[in-house]
Amino acid sequence: MDTLISALLLQAGYNAALVGIGAALLGVASGAAGTFLVLRKRALVSDAVAHATLPGVGLAFVAMVALGGDGRALAGLLAGSALSAWVGLLAVEWMTRRTRLPEDAAIGAVLSVFFGLGIVILTLIQTMSAGRQAGLEDFLLGATAGMLFSDAAMIAVGGAVAVALVWALRRPMTLVAFDAEYAAATGTDVRRVDLAMMALVMGVTVIGLKLVGLVLIVALLIIPPVTARFWTERSGRMVWGAAALGGASGYLGAAISASAPALPTGPIIVLVAAALFALSLLFAPARGVLAAMLRQRRFQARVHRRQGLLALARSEPILEPYTIRVLVAEGLLRRDGVATEAGRAEAARIARDEKRWEVAREIHRDAALTGRYDGLTPIDAVFTADEIAEFDRRLGPPMPVGGMA
Amino acid sequence: MGAEFVQFSLPPILIGTLAAIACALPGNFLILRRQALIGDAISHVVLPGIVVAFLVTGTVAALPMLVGAGGAALVAVVLIEVIRRLGRIEPGAAMGVTFTTLFAAGVLLLERSDTSSVHLDVEHALMGNLESLVWLDATGWASLADPAALAGLPPELPRIAAACAVVVALTALFWRWLRISTFDEGFARGLGLPVGAIGLGLVATAALAAVAAFDAVGSIIVIAMFICPPAAARLMTDRLEVQVAWSVAFATLSAVAGYVLAGYGPLWLGHPHAVSAAGMIAVVSGAILALACLFGPRRTRSGAATGSG
Repeated sequence: MDTLISALLLQAGYNAALVGIGAALLGVASGAAGTFLVLRKRALVSDAVAHATLPGVGLAFVAMVALGGDGRALAGLLAGSALSAWVGLLAVEWMTRRTRLPEDAAIGAVLSVFFGLGIVILTLIQTMSAGRQAGLEDFLLGATAGMLFSDAAMIAVGGAVAVALVWALRRPMTLVAFDAEYAAATGTDVRRVDLAMMALVMGVTVIGLKLVGLVLIVALLIIPPVTARFWTERSGRMVWGAAALGGASGYLGAAISASAPALPTGPIIVLVAAALFALSLLFAPARGVLAAMLRQRRFQARVHRRQGLLALARSEPILEPYTIRVLVAEGLLRRDGVATEAGRAEAARIARDEKRWEVAREIHRDAALTGRYDGLTPIDAVFTADEIAEFDRRLGPPMPVGGMA
Repeated sequence: MGAEFVQFSLPPILIGTLAAIACALPGNFLILRRQALIGDAISHVVLPGIVVAFLVTGTVAALPMLVGAGGAALVAVVLIEVIRRLGRIEPGAAMGVTFTTLFAAGVLLLERSDTSSVHLDVEHALMGNLESLVWLDATGWASLADPAALAGLPPELPRIAAACAVVVALTALFWRWLRISTFDEGFARGLGLPVGAIGLGLVATAALAAVAAFDAVGSIIVIAMFICPPAAARLMTDRLEVQVAWSVAFATLSAVAGYVLAGYGPLWLGHPHAVSAAGMIAVVSGAILALACLFGPRRTRSGAATGSG
């Protein structure tokens, strides 16, 4: 626990502090960039982009060695990965536009073929004399041990650029995400905006390769935005919510992974993000599962209360146990099924409401008003006091309720 | 040449081909139903499945691995559906959340458990090890008729053959149901077909093929074979029977040509070492798909202009 706290306070050593800061920045950038991907319903394109980086990493290594340099220079490897990811992305675009294959088939094809090609190149590199200790396999799952300051700086700069681009492009990207046809009709170049969004995703993928690896970077692009979606209905807040969730996942995940051995950084970050997702799925106020269940319960109770009171007003016996429980809990009914004083008053009130609605539906042809009759809404929520007085005049004087004189 | 070929190349080629066909058959329907990425999700969650199976049984025997992987695939499919419904999230994102989380859990479990004594690692899971499936008991083509030698076949071969046979049988048995429910779900429902069960059965069959193939060849081939041969076949014809036939032909061609290119291609170029056969098979299937995209007789949507669709 102490090690976790010191890791959270960036006191667990130079490398751990670098990884923590880098992971937080990466999380912020990927959360923000991933939001539009998820809103555009193209979340899994990122999977193709991520897997398509592998051949680029391998080819960049071969090229750098062939030029007599150190094949492991991170900047060169990332440039190579960006190039092949871009090719993969264009391949997805091209296949979806020019053939009748659906986008998911194009994604799967690009992802598997590029990944296969990457593996072929990696096995080739393993047989090169310079390739024995290339460590390119680290790009599959990420590796944070021995991260250099320059690596962290690269993630920081890349992440900042990505966030700035999200900010600059937020309006066209929101427009395209919500209504691509309207965007096209108002003169936005939808294809260009899509490509810009994909370039952002690609940038985040590339800077995340070293930290979480190409298999799991997809999680950082998808999970925080989907989580943020539970908490808001507004796209602007969703972007920053996703950025905050991504940043928190990265920071917390890196700290947990630094606090004990054999806790790989990438998977831990993903699992932290997934835990936040699960909590939101269950407990978010408006869209969460628990909130939906409570809403359902409340609705059920309101229906039973009203129907039970109407039955009381008509002096009918209440047989449904749940209705009895609801009324007894409110003190409207005694356990033996006899209405209390308050219950009789409430039953009269509800019966009057029901009668008023009957009149209202007879004399008002305005469906916008009477259409709101659902057996639950009280009439004074829809009509004014004057109108209700008019209904009462037509109803005549009050009558005793439930056979009580 | 003959004896060496039977010893070192025949079993991997056969295993690769059978795995490719077993995956390509359900792939045809998955593509038509726009569920192509289910294969991707399944092959990712196989890893946590086999790790859990290993932790429970302590061995890397085939049966617990298959059960674990199959169970994980099932859990993933159910989770995707639960998240999609409860969270009202679009299917792609629900899939992304599920398979990355399960994969991360698998990697973490693998790191935390002591697997140094057994051959179980992420790279092996991704790439497979087709090249190592050799038949040392063979002395030549005659060994194919020799029961003693046949007993020494790599156990992956009969396993993938059985899985492939099951997939072929299921596809043939439920052909009409699959076809009707894939092309017109409403009509299928009207006929009283159990549409939901057919969909689930298809995914289960795909999972069976993925798990059996994964055991032998790793998950790249699995994803590539689910998608590339059927997608290429889709661009060749408008008839389902013909499409399935094309996809089987493409899958076979990818497996054979990929293996040969990986084994002998570098030699022809004067490079002494072979490259990953699994990777090469995926690459060949991609090349076939690219050719189909460029020249396939039915490559465009019927009546579609050359604009964005």
